[in-house]
Amino acid sequence: MKYTKQIAIIFAVSCAGEILHYFIPLPVPASIYGLVLIFALLCARVVKPADVKDGAGFLISIMPMMFIPLAAGLLDSFDVVRPVLIPVCVITVVSTVLVFGVTGVSAQAMIRRGADTGKEDSHE
Amino acid sequence: MNELLLNSAYFGVVLSLAGYGIGLWLKKRYKSAIFNPLLISIVFVISILLIFGISYESYNSSAKYLSWLLTPATVSLAVPLYAQMETLRKNLKAILISLAAGALASMGSICAMAALFGISHAQYVTLLPKSITMAIGTALAEEFGGYPAITVAVTILTGLIGNTCADSLCRLFRITDPAAKGLAIGASSHAIGTAKAMEFGEVEGAMSSLAIVVSGLLTVIGASFFAMLW
Repeated sequence: MKYTKQIAIIFAVSCAGEILHYFIPLPVPASIYGLVLIFALLCARVVKPADVKDGAGFLISIMPMMFIPLAAGLLDSFDVVRPVLIPVCVITVVSTVLVFGVTGVSAQAMIRRGADTGKEDSHE
Repeated sequence: MNELLLNSAYFGVVLSLAGYGIGLWLKKRYKSAIFNPLLISIVFVISILLIFGISYESYNSSAKYLSWLLTPATVSLAVPLYAQMETLRKNLKAILISLAAGALASMGSICAMAALFGISHAQYVTLLPKSITMAIGTALAEEFGGYPAITVAVTILTGLIGNTCADSLCRLFRITDPAAKGLAIGASSHAIGTAKAMEFGEVEGAMSSLAIVVSGLLTVIGASFFAMLW
């Protein structure tokens, strides 16, 4: 019964996300509406973490495998990419590494500074 | 054989899981980042399809059930995120500023390189949303007149770079703070990277999940502006 209820909640929220996606004319997928919705339900304590924890944990643990079919689709789209292969690869690699560095380094600097001021505050 | 496989509800799933199993085994045996289970399973599946002349359509007629689980799995990312509410609240400003900087760096660098390589506007807007979650990215590419099929390919490639190289990139940029690691992974390589961040730890996974949502929304806002630049 435990998993039945948990999976039911997660799928119901996914379904609600689809409905939101249908009615709201923004390029935001159902899964993102669902993520925000269940986060709000958790914050409002309508859904308790224990109500979804195991089901969510299971789905997240097998998540990497869910990307295999989409990625294998590269097989079919390769012909479309071939003419611009080199610029596309360079742009992809460079911008991915750059975003990683910019986000990580700036976040780390701000988090550490925040932690330092926090310590100073506690000394006073 | 294609016809038989088209009617199978399990072939694609079994083939994908077998590839993933081989990847896990290789990773355990050689303990090297090159043996990324996701990467290995993709190479395995594509090789089997090519060797046996199986069409992607036949494979995907059953493998699509794995993709079907992506929506509830993405929804589930909210649960570990909620468990890290404390980290989220404490670092809210740092999180928002760094993700905004990341989104700007992504679109800015793509714009600069598009000009450098002289690619067409349609190709440029195809690449623009490549670091964000695929469903948002393809919708944006379509709206600006790009090629959604290429956006899918490039987005997957981006995710695989993050998933495979997250460890090395953290060392390269000397990122040791768990929250900063998660944000960097999620902002650069969306859900495919987040799958890796979850392996790093709870804080990393939660911050990476948060980055998918925030970076996705920031890109929706910013892309309209950047689409006009080239």
